[in-house]
Amino acid sequence: MEESNKVDHSKNIIEVADVSFSYDGREDVLQNITLAIHQGDYIGLVGPNGAGKTTLLKVMLNLLVPHQGSVRLFGQDMRDFEEWHKIGYVPQKLANFDANFPASVFEVVLMGRCAGKRLFQRTTEADKKAVLDALEKVDMREFKDRLIGDLSGGQQQRVFIARALVNRPEVIFLDEPTAAVDREAKDSFFALLQKLNQEAGLTLVLVSHDIRRLTQEVMHIACVDKTLTCHISPEEYLAESESSDIGGKKVKILTHHHHN
Amino acid sequence: MFENIFQYGFIVRGLEAGVIVAIIAPLIGIFLVLRRYSLIADTLAHVSLAGIAIGLLSGINPVLTAIGTAVAASLGIEKLRSSKRLFGESALAIFLSGSLAFAVVILGLADGFNASLLNYLFGSIVTVSAADVRMIFILALVVILILGIFYKQLVYVTFDEEAAKISGVPTRLVNSVLMVLAALTVALAIPIVGVLLISALIVIPVVTALQFKKSFARTIIYAEAVSLFSVIAGILASFYFDLAAGGAIVLVMLAVFAAAFVIRRR
Repeated sequence: MEESNKVDHSKNIIEVADVSFSYDGREDVLQNITLAIHQGDYIGLVGPNGAGKTTLLKVMLNLLVPHQGSVRLFGQDMRDFEEWHKIGYVPQKLANFDANFPASVFEVVLMGRCAGKRLFQRTTEADKKAVLDALEKVDMREFKDRLIGDLSGGQQQRVFIARALVNRPEVIFLDEPTAAVDREAKDSFFALLQKLNQEAGLTLVLVSHDIRRLTQEVMHIACVDKTLTCHISPEEYLAESESSDIGGKKVKILTHHHHN
Repeated sequence: MFENIFQYGFIVRGLEAGVIVAIIAPLIGIFLVLRRYSLIADTLAHVSLAGIAIGLLSGINPVLTAIGTAVAASLGIEKLRSSKRLFGESALAIFLSGSLAFAVVILGLADGFNASLLNYLFGSIVTVSAADVRMIFILALVVILILGIFYKQLVYVTFDEEAAKISGVPTRLVNSVLMVLAALTVALAIPIVGVLLISALIVIPVVTALQFKKSFARTIIYAEAVSLFSVIAGILASFYFDLAAGGAIVLVMLAVFAAAFVIRRR
C-alpha cells in the first residue's frame, strides 16, 4: 500500500449503473441504483433494516447478479473481472461466527492469500511475510498462534481486517463491521479505518445502520432504501435530517433501532 | 497366545488396507465435520450399498460399482443442496433411505442375502485380497492428490464460503470436489469397516482431535494419530481375541474419544 500514496480521486473503483435486483423474480429489492465510488473514497452505505444495503454490497462483489444494469470494478465489467486480489472483504458474520472452528489467527489471515483458481498452492515465505505484515497493521501480531474462537469480538474483527489487507488491496468492503463489538473496540476500529484510508489511500465501503457514528467518520453517505435516496457528505446529511424534509423522519427511525 | 501374527498373509493385507483407510478418512472427515456434513458419510455409505447390490447382481467388482453410485449420488446431493430447493438435510434422508430401498430390492432379485452381503455391511478384513489392497491404495493416492490440489481452497471455503468466493475461489467446483472425495473415501473404506460403520471412521477421530484444537494443521495431525492408533489396535485386537474387526476399530475410537472428552472437561 505504500506505493498507492498517490491517490487519484478521479479514478473509478466501482461504477454501479442503473442496477435493479430482486430475489427469484419477486419485488425489486434494489431499483435503478447508480453510484460511483472513487479511489480514496470512504463511503458509508446506510439505510433501514431490509432496505437493501447489504444486497447492494453483494451485488458490488458479484455474490448476487442484478437482473438489470451493470457493475464495473476497476473499469472492468463484473462478469470479466478477475483481479480479486485488489479487493478485501470483511464479512458480517462476526456476530454468529463459528467460535469452534479450529483455526489459528495466522491460518485465518493466510486464507486470504488463497488466490482464486490457482491449484496446488503452497505456503511460501512471501505468504508468511504478508500474513505477519497484515497482522502488524492491525496490532494483532502477538496473537498469531491463538485460536480465532478464543479472541474477543473486537480482536476477531481486527483479524478479519488483516485477512482483507493481506493481498494489499485497493478497496475494502465491510458489512456491518461493528455489529458485535463493544464501544471501546468500536473506537479503535474506526481509528484503524481512518488510518488505512488517509495514510494508505485505501478505498473503504462500509455498510452500517449506525448512522450517528458513520457521520463522524466517512467522507460520503449513500442512503439506500430500494433506490438511492441520497449521496451526500455527512454534513449535508446531518443538515438535511435537522430540517423537516424526507431525511428527517427516516433518520430518527434509523437511529432509534439498533437491533441487528 | 501372542504368536507372531505377521506370518499370516491375510493379517498383513488387512493391516495394510486398514492403515491406508485410517490415513484417508480423517483428511476428508475434517472438512465434512466442520461443514456440518457429518451425515453425508453415512448417506454415501448407504448409497454404496446400492452399488454393491448392483455389483453382486451383475458380477462386476462390487467396490467398483459402489464407487460409481457413491460418486454419482454425491454430485446429486451437492446439486440439490446448492439449489436450496430442499430443506437442509432432507436431501440426505431421501438419498439414504432411497438407496437402501433400492439395495434391498436388488439384493432380493440377486438372492444376495448371504455371507458376502454381511461382509459388505460390517466389513471383513480377513477376506481382503491383494487386489483389494492394490485398489484401495490407488484410490487413496487419487484422494490425496486431489486433496493436495484443492487443499487451500477447501480450507477457505469451509471457514467462510462467501469470503472465499470474493477471493475468486470457484466455490461450486470446490464443494463438488469435496463431495466426490467423500464418496471415494466411503467406497474404499467398505472392505475394512463395512457400510454401516464407515461414518464412525470419518467422524470420530476428527471430533476427538477437535477436543484439543490449537490450529487447523494440528487438528489434522491429532485426528490422524487417533485414527491410526484405533485402526491398528482394533485390527490386532480382532485377531487376538477373535472379534469383528470393524466393530473393534470403532469401539477403540469411541474409547479414545471418551477419554479425550473426559480429560478436556476436567
